[in-house]
Amino acid sequence: MTAILYPIVTLGGLGLLFGISLGFASKVFAVETNPLVEAIRNVLPGANCGACGYPGCDGCANAMVEGKAPVSACSVGGQAVAEEVASILGVEVGEISRQVATVLCQGDCNKAKNKYKYAGLRDCRAQNILAGGSKSCSYGCLGCGTCVDVCDYNAIYIVNGVAVVDKEKCVACKACIGVCPKNIIELVPYESEFIVKCKSNDPGKVVRANCNIGCIGCKICVKNCPEEAFSFENFLAKINYDKCTNCGVCAEKCPTKAIFSETEKVNLKAQ
Amino acid sequence: MNLFTILISTIFINNYVFAQFLGICPFLGVSNKTETAAGMGVAVTFVVTLSSVITYVVHHYILANLGLEYLQTIVFILVIAALVQLVEMFLKKSSPGLYRALGVYLPLITTNCIVLGVAILNIDNNYNIIETIVNALGASIGFAIALLLMAGVRENFELADIPKPLQGFPISLITAGLMSIAFLGFSGLV
Repeated sequence: MTAILYPIVTLGGLGLLFGISLGFASKVFAVETNPLVEAIRNVLPGANCGACGYPGCDGCANAMVEGKAPVSACSVGGQAVAEEVASILGVEVGEISRQVATVLCQGDCNKAKNKYKYAGLRDCRAQNILAGGSKSCSYGCLGCGTCVDVCDYNAIYIVNGVAVVDKEKCVACKACIGVCPKNIIELVPYESEFIVKCKSNDPGKVVRANCNIGCIGCKICVKNCPEEAFSFENFLAKINYDKCTNCGVCAEKCPTKAIFSETEKVNLKAQ
Repeated sequence: MNLFTILISTIFINNYVFAQFLGICPFLGVSNKTETAAGMGVAVTFVVTLSSVITYVVHHYILANLGLEYLQTIVFILVIAALVQLVEMFLKKSSPGLYRALGVYLPLITTNCIVLGVAILNIDNNYNIIETIVNALGASIGFAIALLLMAGVRENFELADIPKPLQGFPISLITAGLMSIAFLGFSGLV
């Protein structure tokens, strides 16, 4: 009888002892967490990409609960996540505008000139070290595809030497923005059909010499925009997307076609 | 002198990772950054040392007295699991950053065979309580050294030009093997 009883009592007793001491320990070492944080954390994508500006999804969830971040702070999750977070926090979520990354350069192999032939590592950052890359325009896309490599969503590809973002696939995680040595990738509203796809701060003459499709700073768009959505500095036109109504006057008048028009592209494809 | 021999032999000659191949899972899993490797080393040191002492007491004063040596494995696992829980709670409270960095490998210390291995070897070698503590300390220091060395090497992988098929895990395994061979050089030291 003891042969059965002793092991059971010993094991059971030890288990009980450890259980009770762990129970006490959990009281002593209890960490107070807001249940809301946990709930929001479960709704967030959990990729810890950092696009929201907080260290990982935990940080973002904390900030949302404390009211430091808007419920729409997670650009990857977009509207769906914002609505869920809002329902957890009991607040209203307005229509949030989806943002997508866009490469602000159209100077592909045919349109932009090169100052030398680059034959090094296929990495924009490496190329940029060599006198700012092979493009004559010091602001242009180098086309080595470093942004393509970092994109986890296969939303970027290289077309004729220039990176292009597929705005349907882009989730605005900002990985490409961080890695681009030329800083020519920016977030623009998903709805924007007209974008000044040039970042050159060179005067018009220099731009013309380097590239057929750069912004030469002629201000025609600024003068013609019915909504006065354009601002102009450093020889470069800029659209205020809050004012823009996608009327398309700017793209029509732009002499170099530096203002990218999505509808026109669609028309071209249709033809 | 005997204690010193035990210490040196568990750290270098019979290094639990490189010579006895125990605790390979965290060795490969947590050796990405020296910082987390150091944290893991400390956590394992704490668990191994404390569990060795407790298992020693439990074995000699409870199991041996009742003739229940055959319960050794299950009781030791119980002790280790409880201790790891304790460490986890403590870390969550005192160092949330380290807690997150260690992630799943923290509860996995429970199944880290170093911990059970040291506890059982202490009993098998008939160590007394002092020798048990020294052996446990040596084992965990050896583990921490292995982890730190590996983390240091792996941090340099980021910059190294490694052939594509070998990138990531394969080169880590090759490195671990080479380090193990290097540690063979210590054999015959004592």
